[in-house]
Amino acid sequence: MIRVFYDLHLHSCLSPCGSEDMTPNNLVNMALLLGYGIIALTDHNSCRNVPAAVRAGAARGLPVVPGMELCTQEEAHVICLFPTVETALGFDRYVAQRIPKIRNRPEIFGRQTVMDERDTVVGEEETLLLNAACVSVNHVRGLARGFGGTAFPAHVDRSAYSVLSSLGSLPPEADFTAAEISAKGDVQALLHRNPELRDLILLKNSDAHYLENMPDPSASVLLPEKSPECLIAALNREIQTEWNRG
Amino acid sequence: MTVQELAEKLSLKILAGRESLSREVTGGYTGDLLSWVMSRLPENAAWLTVMGNINAVAVASLKDAACIILTDSAPLDAEALEKARQLDLPVLLSERNSYELGLKVAELLR
Repeated sequence: MIRVFYDLHLHSCLSPCGSEDMTPNNLVNMALLLGYGIIALTDHNSCRNVPAAVRAGAARGLPVVPGMELCTQEEAHVICLFPTVETALGFDRYVAQRIPKIRNRPEIFGRQTVMDERDTVVGEEETLLLNAACVSVNHVRGLARGFGGTAFPAHVDRSAYSVLSSLGSLPPEADFTAAEISAKGDVQALLHRNPELRDLILLKNSDAHYLENMPDPSASVLLPEKSPECLIAALNREIQTEWNRG
Repeated sequence: MTVQELAEKLSLKILAGRESLSREVTGGYTGDLLSWVMSRLPENAAWLTVMGNINAVAVASLKDAACIILTDSAPLDAEALEKARQLDLPVLLSERNSYELGLKVAELLR
């Protein structure tokens, strides 16, 4: 088993709130520089920069887990992770059919830039990625599993866009096995208020939208190998591992 | 009625947008799900909400609302305040909840 430092919640220049500097290569290089063993790219409602990030990572020996930060109907953010680029893009197509076709206004929301693995701009995503998808929080993990992946609620302790702020507690129907608590979150206080979190794998991720917000690694997991498949199996509790919030 | 007059008559605190207080308010809208509001907020409306985050400011600007009124003393976070100042979007604050304040706004705009 290898101890792997992870960050499973990162944004690229595709997310409108993401910095233009969060390019596939910058993300990979910064993660390597900081000492991460595995990262996930999780742009809002889209996987369009995933192929580039995965290739950039592969070229440097850093596994990049294909992912997305889905905004559910209830305006709760859920991180969805997939074992391969193909399965992620399949999920991306599913989601694309369920988000309102409101055009982005880059001057208000920011650019939504699609890049290739050489960080060349290949397009702009025209549909605003900040809207809610017609997918209920209760169905997300089941859907993600259908694509071979997994899902966990993002920053549950945040006062906006979190399952707890939208719904008050984690719905049992959602069948989550893990949950993300912000780096500065008070874990004990949260577990006290929301006991339904006690049996879950509690993750710490950066949610970085800017390179300078990618922190030194602290949270880690013991994995038989550093791969998206293993990581997802660990999150789905299909393999026994140890998680450390650091 | 202008945003300034609305603020005065309802004793609302002004948090941002001081250069745009002379804007006319022609209606009101209540809503807290940004994706819902994004397609429904009318132009020149006073938007009553508890969402004091940066995306709410962006939506108000996108839809050309006259102002945001934060109800239930909802907080305006630092990023949102900065954005509202940049855009000169009036953001007002009320202790009343959206229902009670909405009634008052409606009376004034009748």
